[in-house]
Amino acid sequence: MSDSSGQLVEQVKTALAQGSSLNIIGRGSKAHLGRTASGSPLHLADHSGIVDYQPVELVVTARAGTPITEINDVLAEHNQMLSFEPPDCDGAASIGGTLACNLSGPGRPWGGSVRDMLLGIRLINGRGEHLRFGGQVIKNVAGYDASRLQAGAMGTLGVVTEVSLKVMPKPALTQTLVQQTDAAEAILIMNRLAGRSQPLTAACWLDGNLYVRLAGARAAVEAAAAQWSGERLDGDGGRFWEQLREQQLSFFAGPAPLWRFSLKPSAPHFLPQASWLLDWGGAQRWLRGDGLDPEFDRGELEAAAVAGGGQVSLFRGGDRSGEVFHTQTEMLQTIHKQVKAAFDPRGLFNPGRLYSWL
Amino acid sequence: MADRQPIGKAELARQLREFIDPHYVIEDAETQKVYECDGLPMYCATPLLVVVPETVDQIQQAMRVCHRHRIPVVARGAGTGLSAGAMPVSDGVVLSLARLTRIVDIDPLARSARVQPGVRNLAISEAAAEHGLYYAPDPSSQIACTIGGNVAENAGGVHCLKYGLTVHNILKLEVITVAGEKVTIGSEGLDTAGCDLLALMIGSEGLLGVVTEVTVKLLPVPQRAQVVMAAFDQVQTAGAAVGEVISRGIVPAGLEMMDSHAIKAAEAFCGAGYPVDAKALLLCELDGTREEVQQGIEQVEHLFLRLGATATRVSHDEAERALLWKGRKSAFPAVGRIAPDYYCMDGTIPRSQLARVLAEIDTLAEHYSLRVANVFHAGDGNLHPLILFDASVPGEFEKTEELGGRILELCVAVGGCITGEHGVGIEKIRQMHVQFDEVELAQFRAIKSAFDAGGTLNPGKGIPVLKRCQEYRALDARASLR
Repeated sequence: MSDSSGQLVEQVKTALAQGSSLNIIGRGSKAHLGRTASGSPLHLADHSGIVDYQPVELVVTARAGTPITEINDVLAEHNQMLSFEPPDCDGAASIGGTLACNLSGPGRPWGGSVRDMLLGIRLINGRGEHLRFGGQVIKNVAGYDASRLQAGAMGTLGVVTEVSLKVMPKPALTQTLVQQTDAAEAILIMNRLAGRSQPLTAACWLDGNLYVRLAGARAAVEAAAAQWSGERLDGDGGRFWEQLREQQLSFFAGPAPLWRFSLKPSAPHFLPQASWLLDWGGAQRWLRGDGLDPEFDRGELEAAAVAGGGQVSLFRGGDRSGEVFHTQTEMLQTIHKQVKAAFDPRGLFNPGRLYSWL
Repeated sequence: MADRQPIGKAELARQLREFIDPHYVIEDAETQKVYECDGLPMYCATPLLVVVPETVDQIQQAMRVCHRHRIPVVARGAGTGLSAGAMPVSDGVVLSLARLTRIVDIDPLARSARVQPGVRNLAISEAAAEHGLYYAPDPSSQIACTIGGNVAENAGGVHCLKYGLTVHNILKLEVITVAGEKVTIGSEGLDTAGCDLLALMIGSEGLLGVVTEVTVKLLPVPQRAQVVMAAFDQVQTAGAAVGEVISRGIVPAGLEMMDSHAIKAAEAFCGAGYPVDAKALLLCELDGTREEVQQGIEQVEHLFLRLGATATRVSHDEAERALLWKGRKSAFPAVGRIAPDYYCMDGTIPRSQLARVLAEIDTLAEHYSLRVANVFHAGDGNLHPLILFDASVPGEFEKTEELGGRILELCVAVGGCITGEHGVGIEKIRQMHVQFDEVELAQFRAIKSAFDAGGTLNPGKGIPVLKRCQEYRALDARASLR
């Protein structure tokens, strides 16, 4: 639980001098995401620990290698939480990796994403300079938003060493309702519910069941639960949402490729014969491969995603040496390359992890 | 770019008139007058030309012409900004987006709206109202300010603690690059693959591209909103009460504080019923379902009284809620009545530092022989000190600016920042050196170059350029020869 940023800067400078590349590794829980990594490992697990936590300010600052579970535990002492509900990967997920992969849990459409809650970072760029962007206050518009830029960058722009996040109070009461319906109907229901002023905080469809979570002030949750259809899950239904967040439901089991669609939440259901899990009220949809070869045509999936107002990525499994993230337009490729060059002119960090051309 | 040479005003106007209605290529000083500044009128300049295109295609063509001849471009919405971010540059073009005012589409089921950049902030909520939806960020200029300007500045408002800033409420942007290329950033989903360019673009003050279409998120209109007003005889007590509300797990929709100067001015202006002998006034608004608001309001009022509030008042209907907010919302013009001029600052501080910061502002104000009234978005730590001055007194504006700079430096010193929602523009460019060190500023410049190597998009704003400008231009010229 110490500050090893000085050594990290030295390692970056050494790589710069030697012309070698670096594979940034937090606690190793996300090695299977993105494209196959290359470069010498740069470990951040030892650069860990909560630097500052001010419950009254709703702000926590932690070193990049800090486990999500450690942050959750400390926040829970003050009845607070990370509203984006990141997967903790049995203690192996770090806050730095969570940001790099832009991973958020079931509450994301209502509680925001890791990028939404991000207030500031420290980052070592490809010149070996240790920089500070953003801060520890909720509003800050000085300079470009170099902090949120890192969300989803898969470590290609630099080594994030420290992260400041806005935290939120835990809800007073949580209840989960489940009802039977098909996928197309579930999409309609989830979108209609989200358009009402109600304490909805998660909505997911799987195997003919629609799960909705109500959370917030006791009076609001009880009133909404009384009006909405569906059976109440035992307790608060927390186990289901945890297994969903951690991808521990049987839907996620096995080595078959897992495709992730990020779509307009109301986009019509497609490929109805395939195996689907719809999360984020319809905005995040998981598609399982069926083990056949070839399983899905990547181009066809991308076309379907674009028709649904969004994108698709091969989240896990399949061929990790080819492209796994949605194809970028030529203009966006150019912009990505130029932004990469602005941070990492020699291409030290995670080469090819996000795209083969980056 | 073979003909990358500066051309004269007449020739530039001729080229632009080939595709833009000639009346909307404005050359004469009189018509240009309204474009000489934004909401910070102390900073003025006359541009080469003002162009007011009607279509995205015209914007693209105009950008290409300017790029070809290395003409600076300053994009402009409604001109309500408070940091001189839309101030013209004398050798450049002001690109007004005021005619792109179409709400292209509202999707009530997906809860989003696709709008052109010149659509006013409030007009989006008005159009969405029939579906029970609204656009959450509500800067106090929302009647007039446009969504394009909101994106450029990452505009906030009084509801940021609960609903976020512009960056939390935008799904997709269509942007025209400096070279006139069209690019779509973001999607109708909640995220896209790769670096978060959407976040980079939002708040970039027109330095990276020109926004020509915006897809915003819409939220369901809360069933109910209610406000508690509480008066305190000490700023410290009021500050502590804010902390207590947050500690209790309550997330107010709005939580505002005013100091005694602001209370007196506001009460004299609109008679909202504020206790004028109070040293600090809190307005705490809760929204949501009927049940939770009722429960929460009782809890907050009780808490304020227990923590030393000398008086409280709860709104019982929409008229009373509007009245209690009226004082706060008109605080700026109200303060304008008690002094010939006022200058609005925009620092952000950790809430716990409030009492200390207000005390130090008092000391600084005394030193400069100026009065300062304070209005504070207490929920999110955004402080708006209003410096009262008289511009007709020689040297007083300079003194005011100096005091303003000292206040921003104080904000940084206590762990805050120089701007919470107004942007850097020209106004705070000097304080960027207080907030960031040289390598951080160099990183910002590298980002700028990735989008605009020639530095023609809104030059001189947002990010300080190298100290020796001559050297900087020489570097540019060399780069463009390659």
